[in-house]
Amino acid sequence: MARSGGKNNVLPGFTPALGYTIFYLSLIVLIPLSALFFKTATLSWDGFVAAVTAPRVLASYRVTFGASLAAAVINAFFGVLVAWVLVRYRFTGKKLIDALVDLPFALPTAVAGITLASIYSQNGWLGRYLEPHGIKVAFTPLGIAVAMVFIGLPFVVRTVQPVLEELDQEIEEAASCLGANRWQTFRRVLLPTMLPAILTGFALAFARAVGEYGSIIFIAGNMPMVSEITPLLIITKLEQYDYAGATAIATVMLVVSFLMLLCINLLQKWSRRFAE
Amino acid sequence: MQAGKLTQRSEGKGAITEPAWVRYLLITAALAFLALFLLMPLAAVFVQALDKGWEAYLEALKEPDTISAIRLTLITAAVCVPLNLFFGIVASWAIAKFSFRGKSFLITLIDLPFSVSPVVSGLIYVLIFGLQGWLGPWLQAHDIKIIFAVPGIVLATVFVTFPFIARELIPLMESQGREEEEAALTLGASGLQTFFRVTFPNIKWGILYGVILCNARAMGEFGAVSVVSGHVRGSTNTIPLQVEILYNEYNYAAAFAVASLLALLALVTLAIKTVSEWKLQQSISVAGKER
Repeated sequence: MARSGGKNNVLPGFTPALGYTIFYLSLIVLIPLSALFFKTATLSWDGFVAAVTAPRVLASYRVTFGASLAAAVINAFFGVLVAWVLVRYRFTGKKLIDALVDLPFALPTAVAGITLASIYSQNGWLGRYLEPHGIKVAFTPLGIAVAMVFIGLPFVVRTVQPVLEELDQEIEEAASCLGANRWQTFRRVLLPTMLPAILTGFALAFARAVGEYGSIIFIAGNMPMVSEITPLLIITKLEQYDYAGATAIATVMLVVSFLMLLCINLLQKWSRRFAE
Repeated sequence: MQAGKLTQRSEGKGAITEPAWVRYLLITAALAFLALFLLMPLAAVFVQALDKGWEAYLEALKEPDTISAIRLTLITAAVCVPLNLFFGIVASWAIAKFSFRGKSFLITLIDLPFSVSPVVSGLIYVLIFGLQGWLGPWLQAHDIKIIFAVPGIVLATVFVTFPFIARELIPLMESQGREEEEAALTLGASGLQTFFRVTFPNIKWGILYGVILCNARAMGEFGAVSVVSGHVRGSTNTIPLQVEILYNEYNYAAAFAVASLLALLALVTLAIKTVSEWKLQQSISVAGKER
């Protein structure tokens, strides 16, 4: 796999290929994204701060990040469980289940949104059993977290699964020979090996949940200060022709996305080093 | 391959597996979680779509607004997928077959649309082409509509589906190295011949995989399209937006009927994805043996 430098590479087409890549990337992604920062730069600093720290906006951050965090924690736990079961055990229908794990990637978010809202609403399949016990899911922050669990579900499973598959079982044999019981082996040997992958999946699920819109708005109820997510607030501002406000909040969201991307890249580097 | 063998081996050994009751407990817990969060929503789409019987189901799909939404969604995907396919192939050729500085930074930039909220993805196009935007006044003077019209929907969809094919092909082509292409060139093949006869057969399953995921997202995108579409019934509504409108009008049976089309698309996508993954694995292990 050692690759020689550009000089003795005989393959043709490098310059046009790279040129087109950069051209199309700039046209579709970089220039439009920079528009957001240029537009923000035209706002006054005080106006920007006022727009992104208004009480309703702060409440939307709390709802969005709080629910995303809760959903990512649930996904980290159950993601490891599902990955473990899929890699280590045999049962009927395993291949089918394995394929279905990616459903949240393939199912359009609007479809997920109306479906979850109908399941957890008062007369829904689950809502009718939960509401008499005082558990309201639809139209509350809890519902937002449920939608986020759905869309984030594949991330942890798909990052942990390959690590578990490649794990050398001799390590576990060694641990067992040295007198560790199964739980100790899991906690002391397996869990640390899986940790970079778990954290990567956790961060991916969290990042996805923070920006999510379609699957949430139907189940959220969208009450200002209570169950209004930040992406929805951007749309609300746009519909009121408050472009400056929408842009300012979008900039905050974009900066958060960039920070998350940076974290995820660092985590992936760490897990690659771990694997070697 | 090897993972399968290891799993089988582990079944027999007590030291490195769990007692049977723990295994059953874990399997049950995992399946219960998946049933609750995956299977139940999937089943609910179809049950509620057919709530009022087949006739009402077909009637909802024959609605003129729904037909035009389907048409717009197909047009959008038909523009987006080829554009991003061409980009994906070109970018992965440059990135996987050559070495240059800033390569990993370029890959990060290509991945960028994945980490941007769909709503923000739509907003940036409003800021450029909208009435208040950079090009807004000029576009209005020339009577060109982009925002609240089809071009805006296509642009926003191209943005959100931008990385799918490239990020699938880059690692695949990197893993295949350059030796085969170099051999073909040495034997006198032209650059394009080398690509179509040597590279393409090696990456065709990867291309299918990327295309199918790109298509699913292009047809299902909601947030970004919702910002730029303007929701004009019968003209700028895609299938997901039509689902939203019907749902908000409390026309649940029709909303779920239209949604079931997208759910079917998701199931077909998963099936093709699984097959191409399997083929990909096969071709990689065959190539590994030959080498």
